[in-house]
Amino acid sequence: MEYSYFPGCTLHNQSQSFRDSTISTARELKIELEELPDWYCCGAVYPLRSEDIMSLLSSTRNLVGAKKEDKDLVTLCSACYQVLKRTNYLILNDAEKREKLNSFLEEKYDGSTKVLHFLEVIRKDVGWEGLKNKVKTSMTGLRVAPYYGCLLLRPHKELAFDHPENPTIFENFLKSLGCEAVDFPYKTECCGAYLGITEEIVINSAVLKILQGANKRGIDVLITSCPLCLYNLDVGQNELMKSGNLLKPVPILYFTQLLALALGLGVEVCHFEEHLINPLPTLERIR
Amino acid sequence: MEINIEIINFELREAIEERSNQKLINCYQCGKCSAGCPSVHLMDVSPHEIVRMLQLGLIDDVFKVNSPWYCTSCFTCVSRCPRAIDIAKIMEALRYYNLNAAVHLFDPNTLSDEVKDKIPQQALVSLWRKRT
Ligand code: SF4
Ligand code: SF4
Repeated sequence: MEYSYFPGCTLHNQSQSFRDSTISTARELKIELEELPDWYCCGAVYPLRSEDIMSLLSSTRNLVGAKKEDKDLVTLCSACYQVLKRTNYLILNDAEKREKLNSFLEEKYDGSTKVLHFLEVIRKDVGWEGLKNKVKTSMTGLRVAPYYGCLLLRPHKELAFDHPENPTIFENFLKSLGCEAVDFPYKTECCGAYLGITEEIVINSAVLKILQGANKRGIDVLITSCPLCLYNLDVGQNELMKSGNLLKPVPILYFTQLLALALGLGVEVCHFEEHLINPLPTLERIR
Repeated sequence: MEINIEIINFELREAIEERSNQKLINCYQCGKCSAGCPSVHLMDVSPHEIVRMLQLGLIDDVFKVNSPWYCTSCFTCVSRCPRAIDIAKIMEALRYYNLNAAVHLFDPNTLSDEVKDKIPQQALVSLWRKRT
């Protein structure tokens, strides 16, 4: 099936690792991703003030764009997913806001575009069994922490992605790749989000808790689908090691990077040079 | 903290309810929101106390605390509240009023080049949206 693909700013401009591993794994899995023409930045955060209609416009236009293409809209970044899906939920369920938003649009939009995360597409079109059959390099023995963070899961009523407290989609994905999905109690904890720029202390305490938790459980690598989670968890690790707060570095990977390696695609599509903690030494052990 | 009829700011309390689209009176102070909040240890007053202060109309006092600036909009409180109160939206409304008073505005010139190069756009756009 063919989908409208929404890369979002971070995949487009910065995170070649997430982008290239996505494009190449989709091709390998025969999931057709056609980039949405003339897409706009989704806004990165869903506006939480009730009167803030303007901030919803860019995400609405993306939804309209996918409707014009007559395709479901697929995204990778957890923040894009959160904003696009919540905007669509609002348009579907709030007649007053729908009307207000429509007054800015060239044509009427009713909320009929379906917003999907790439993981949902894999589950739907390939299936966990199907994925297992496509694995060329089994990841047996690799202990992986599934890390969901916030934006994929909550608020549950609007996103309806998985259980808000005990999600399992990453676990199923990991089992198909042959990895050991470790029971990770911090899998739905917040990494501190964008507050690292202004209130660094928020990030420091959140990240330390998550990484120490990973150390205690003997986790080899941690996977995510959020560029900001990856950045926050990855970038401070040298300091934490130096200060003695963290005993062992924890490589952080996009789930698509692990998928690319399992599907036997070249390591070049993963761009591990973008990471501070290079996952390759750990991954070599099992390859 | 003093409570008397003179310091209750009914008008602003109503405006915050409207901006956040929440009914403050629905909160029965169970504390579940604060129990799961990842930033609670950094906050002057915890999320359920914020709601209580707002219920009592102590708006000036609420404006003085640091709590909204440590809220990461993680929505954990939202998913756990048994009374369907969205504290993330209340925190956003409080941030909004303080931004209007030009407190905690974000100045992009303070960013180092290294951070600008490396940090995901997602973070910069978020900060822009939340703090300008
Ligand atoms: S969880 Fe809900 S009802 Fe309980 S204290 Fe917090 S806001 Fe009030
Ligand atoms: S949304 Fe804010 S107040 Fe609620 S749990 Fe998260 S950080 Fe705490």
